[in-house]
Amino acid sequence: MHMADALVTPAVGTAMYAVSSVAALYSVKKIKLEDDPKKIPVMGVMGAFVFASQMFNFTIPGTGSSGHLCGGMMLTALLGPYEAFLTMIAILLIQCLMFADGGLLALGCNIWNMAFYGCFLGYFLIWKPIMKKKMSKNRIVIASILGCVLTLQFGAFSVTLETLLSGVTALPFSLFVGTMQPIHLAIGFVEGLITAAVLLFVYTCRPELLECYEREEESSKYSFRKILVVLSLCVLIIGGGLSLLASNNPDGLEWSMERLTGDTELEEKSSAGIWLEKVQEKTAIFPDYSFKKSDFVMGTSVSGIAGSVLVVILCIGGCYIFKLFHKKTKKKHTDITSV
Amino acid sequence: MSKINSAVREIHRIDEIALKDTWLVGLHPLIKVLVTIIYIVFTVSFSQFQLEKLLLMILYPAILFILGEVSFREGIKRLRIILPLVCLIGIFNPIFDKREVFIFSDFVVTSGMISMITLMIKGVLCVLASYLLIATTRIEKICYGLRQIHMPAVLVTQILLTYRYLSLLLSEAGKTWQAYSLRAPGQKGVHVKAWGSLLGGLLLRSMDRASALYESMTLRGYQGEFHYSNTITMRWKDVVYLIIWCFIFLVIKYI
Repeated sequence: MHMADALVTPAVGTAMYAVSSVAALYSVKKIKLEDDPKKIPVMGVMGAFVFASQMFNFTIPGTGSSGHLCGGMMLTALLGPYEAFLTMIAILLIQCLMFADGGLLALGCNIWNMAFYGCFLGYFLIWKPIMKKKMSKNRIVIASILGCVLTLQFGAFSVTLETLLSGVTALPFSLFVGTMQPIHLAIGFVEGLITAAVLLFVYTCRPELLECYEREEESSKYSFRKILVVLSLCVLIIGGGLSLLASNNPDGLEWSMERLTGDTELEEKSSAGIWLEKVQEKTAIFPDYSFKKSDFVMGTSVSGIAGSVLVVILCIGGCYIFKLFHKKTKKKHTDITSV
Repeated sequence: MSKINSAVREIHRIDEIALKDTWLVGLHPLIKVLVTIIYIVFTVSFSQFQLEKLLLMILYPAILFILGEVSFREGIKRLRIILPLVCLIGIFNPIFDKREVFIFSDFVVTSGMISMITLMIKGVLCVLASYLLIATTRIEKICYGLRQIHMPAVLVTQILLTYRYLSLLLSEAGKTWQAYSLRAPGQKGVHVKAWGSLLGGLLLRSMDRASALYESMTLRGYQGEFHYSNTITMRWKDVVYLIIWCFIFLVIKYI
């Protein structure tokens, strides 16, 4: 899909340079804001990788033909849209200069047709929305195929428009579009399958390398509901079960008092103290961690669970009253090289 | 895999050519980039009926092939990638544009025929101009020139790093392919079962290499931008070279 210089006029070439430059400058600005120098060598090496991987021919079963990897979609899934876009520019420039694949004047068109659609549309329209909720093998396959097909369709349509606007061909619009789109539909599907195969391999071996993965994992790892379920189970086991095995021996304070006074409890002598003791006796639901006026063994379990539930209610209530809960903020993208 | 090997050979060959000590190689890289772009703009700006003027534009590559001591055969070889696409689009012109322009000994020359020839000549000239640029200017120098016109450092670094690691990763891809083909003799491409693992393995190794690369770059004092040991200054001969070519292109275009 690389366009040659001969296929564009200076006006179309310059216009496409202008729009591609805007996207490139915006990407540079975003990368500067991220301020992650580790990503720079990753981008460079990944550019070389895409180049090298496109040399492989992948046999399409039952057809006898072959296809190759879709660079834009794979890069955007691994590096993010801005980094992938700049990497694609570097690839396209080297392809143009070193291998005469695409022209210097048409470079703006090629960046737009292959890098812009593949990286930005592929990420914001396909990859991100599909992976937003949860990342899975099926979702990766769907996103890869859909992304490659869609971005290639946009790219092929842009090639048609740019060539026709340049006035270098006498081909009617309908015929040109009718030829370009179906061919690239098939190419896109095959490239999508190859991209999916590679991304699935990465997902199996090192899922943290994929964009959107960390966010998905973090939300599930630290979800409020999960924490509540785990804590409730702990309450049931400890408060309801293990409490039955609690030692009958006095605790540290009681032990000290027993050594000093001969009893684990001090006798209240002041009138206020006696009154408060009476109030406590009347209001206590589970005096001494058991049912009132009953020696039923389950009293300890019930009082353990009930006490824990009350503590949870008080804590959550307090957090709501003092507005200690915050709304979730979006986490930044994962750092690829830190893993 | 012959495709990978030929790509590696191509990179090394161009690097060797650009190392030659010729007058053209010694020019400022930015000037050579500018002259190439101006030449391409002028070449593609000719209308389909300005065939004679377009033929005069051959002057530029012809002179540069001599001055730069660049092999013409190598230049022609590079046309194999882009020319088929140009021909494919141009070949429809005689079919759809049958307006008669003139008759040459009973043979009707149509507008579509002329536009097809013009398109092909433009395609050949533009590819040759790009080849002459890279054959006389190392990519490091082109990047240096791009930095001088304030192209963002992150983008220039990308071009440099991608280029530097290209031959290395191509060699690695070649070895991977060789290992695969030895296990699957007589197979044309990579089997569907190995699609993910073959490239995925190469990808993960590349990622690890990038991490090691970053650490080694940081240890050598990398702070977001490459530094050039030799600064290239603009001299009078560079400016004169630019002015002369602009003048020639203007003369061909408007006179």
